[in-house]
Amino acid sequence: MTARGKRLTLILAALALLGGATALVLSAMRENLVFFHTPSEVAEGKAPVGRTFRIGGMVAEGSLERLPDGVTVRFAVTDTAKTIPVVYHGALPDLFSEGKGAVAQGQLGPDGVFVASEVLAKHDENYMPVEAQHAVDQAQRAASTLEP
Amino acid sequence: MIPEMGQFALALAWALALVQAVLGLAGAARGSAGAMAAARRAALAQFAALVLAYACLTAAFLRIDFSVLLVAEHSSTRTPWFYRLTGVWGNHEGSMLLWSLALAGWQAAVAAFSRTLTASFRARVLGVLGAVSVGFLVFLILTSNPFERLVPMPAEGRDLNPLLQDPGMIIHPPLLYMGYVGMAVAFAFAIAALLSGRMDAAWARWSRPWTLVAWVFLTLGILVGSAWAYYELGWGGWWFWDPVENASLMPWLVGTALLHSLIVTEKRGAFRSWTVLLAIGAFSLSLLGTFLVRSGVITSVPAFATDPTRGVFSLGLLALTVGVSLLLFAWRAPRLSGGGAFAPVSREGSLLVNNVLMAAAAGAVLLGTVYPLIIDALQGAKLSVGPPYFEKVFVPLMIPAVVLMALAPFLRWKRDVLSRVLRRVLPEMIGALIIAALGVWATDHVTVGAFLGIALTAWVVLASLRLLVDRLRQGAASGMTARLRGIPGSWWGMWLSHLGVGVFILGVTLVGALEQRLDVKMMPGQEAELAGYRFVLRGVSEVPGPNYTAQRGAVEVWREGRMLTVLAPEKRAYFRSAMPMTESAIDWGVFRDVYVSLGDPTGDGGWVVLLFYKPFISWIWFGAVLIALGGVAAALDRRYRRLARRTAAVSVSEPPHEPAAEAVR
Repeated sequence: MTARGKRLTLILAALALLGGATALVLSAMRENLVFFHTPSEVAEGKAPVGRTFRIGGMVAEGSLERLPDGVTVRFAVTDTAKTIPVVYHGALPDLFSEGKGAVAQGQLGPDGVFVASEVLAKHDENYMPVEAQHAVDQAQRAASTLEP
Repeated sequence: MIPEMGQFALALAWALALVQAVLGLAGAARGSAGAMAAARRAALAQFAALVLAYACLTAAFLRIDFSVLLVAEHSSTRTPWFYRLTGVWGNHEGSMLLWSLALAGWQAAVAAFSRTLTASFRARVLGVLGAVSVGFLVFLILTSNPFERLVPMPAEGRDLNPLLQDPGMIIHPPLLYMGYVGMAVAFAFAIAALLSGRMDAAWARWSRPWTLVAWVFLTLGILVGSAWAYYELGWGGWWFWDPVENASLMPWLVGTALLHSLIVTEKRGAFRSWTVLLAIGAFSLSLLGTFLVRSGVITSVPAFATDPTRGVFSLGLLALTVGVSLLLFAWRAPRLSGGGAFAPVSREGSLLVNNVLMAAAAGAVLLGTVYPLIIDALQGAKLSVGPPYFEKVFVPLMIPAVVLMALAPFLRWKRDVLSRVLRRVLPEMIGALIIAALGVWATDHVTVGAFLGIALTAWVVLASLRLLVDRLRQGAASGMTARLRGIPGSWWGMWLSHLGVGVFILGVTLVGALEQRLDVKMMPGQEAELAGYRFVLRGVSEVPGPNYTAQRGAVEVWREGRMLTVLAPEKRAYFRSAMPMTESAIDWGVFRDVYVSLGDPTGDGGWVVLLFYKPFISWIWFGAVLIALGGVAAALDRRYRRLARRTAAVSVSEPPHEPAAEAVR
């Protein structure tokens, strides 16, 4: 093989590798994007059924209850306009409490209950999860535009 | 008075950095020996000023001076002294000060230990580092002043974030910052090479030990961070593909590529522009990491300091750094072309593939990490990229990289024949497949992932042993010890790090395949079973701590009728912050960890208890330690010091001009 031919082989091999990597990245990305929906959007039916997404807002006061097995909990997430019930099996994060911000990841069941596989709370008492804050802000903006 | 002194020292450091940048770069351009010597002294003085500033802040913390806002917000009278000491960097302002101190420390090290560099090259390196320092100190002084006063002074402080009140957190940030900032040295060497147009084997020899040390710090920083997440967050995971973790992984991946690219630049003079690009990339990703962690744009675990204006500032700094260096690269890089030609199947070829894979992996992680930010900025849509994305992308890229990693050291430089090499290591390859088959059979866990993981580990270990045996056979010296001693440090470094990767993969594979978890409600006296272990909750009692009250469980761990240990997981309530904290309890072992953490009380006297069985998780840490040890061994290679002595002798007799060119051969 000539020097040019060798170089070409090398470049082609590198390109093939890069192309493969890109294809891999794009397909994995498409499958694993987790969208965020506010409780209002979920209530309006804008959230997908049967696909994992995130929901966030405040944990509604007085909504946290523990099922008889002791490990499964129910609570409601609200953006102050709409409230969505959530069920979760497992230990809640340290900073999870009523009246505080939380983000849950999971799927919406056909009964309208959000089945969470993961619950994230804020990790410092000073800060809200960005997504939870976003949900509340949106709902309040919507509310203020409705007012006369 | 002390905080004002710190403030003054900070301003002084900024001025010195500016002097260092200007005199260093201009002095080198004009060949002024006086200016270059002054730049060197400015670097040492800048370090002294930052040590003083840092000492002032530490003094404010130790003296519990609540008239300083930072102290009042991140410590309390009840905080133990060592957490007040570490509280200095347990917040945004202090950690940025630590960043700057680390940067100045690297500059002082370059100023002090670079007798082998030509005066003009050293001045350029110090000039570039000084410019980076100027940027960071402006950021620190304008947006994040650590010495801000608080009037009126409160009687009690708000205490340190409980997550950070942990020994792991004492060493994690300094290690990580030393790594991040150390990449600035590699960056400065690359920029200095672009400026001077000089980039030869001697350059690679200068640059490589610095890059190695930075990379070792980064490796250890990531390791400690991961171990901390494992035992402190109470979820039993060791890697979450969290943006903050990705922020440290990306410069590590590019730094790894850089280390390998530097080998080719040193030995064969090739890959020069690519090496420069990787050095720019590694440092830019370190800056991006700082931006991601410090801007609070993402819902993430340890991003405890969040402020968008700072984010904008650091993003500006990042854009400036990347922009200027890439412009310089586009302008000057054509001068750097050249180097030895090589065939696709050769040591160079294999290192090229390694580089492409590492860079692709870093790119994929980068995409997954910033994609949500970009979409948010462009469309206002909130979304996140789940961990499965990272696993799906990262693992397929790493599999060929690891296969090649063990094979590449058998390849010859310039040109080799693939069939020759494959025939040579055929026994090891077959052995790896047999071991993997036995492994999945023995663990009764027949999955592709487990098979591949065990096969990769076995392949890496067997090939490494073969490599050592071959190397010892080759040696000209008689006697085994003489031959062992004849092997250079960089070879041992490669060997240890590669072996470490194998050990690491085994840990990841086995803990992934065989771990078990049980979330269970337990009443005192009740028991639960997991993976052949029997757990008995004896009770939960209240225990006072210095700045918290803990609910401490007593959990007996039994196996085969014998009690192994009593674990004491805690749920702590810190006084000053309404924040509960889970302290998990772990029975560490070489072959398995048994991990217990307390969830929530169920209201009727019971507790939700999390039980984990984590086989081989320690091997993840062992592997990472081996990888880091390899870096240390390579940095200690005699040839870097031999070079130092030779060129010192040369520069006495001659003006500093192209030293060590002869030392390369």
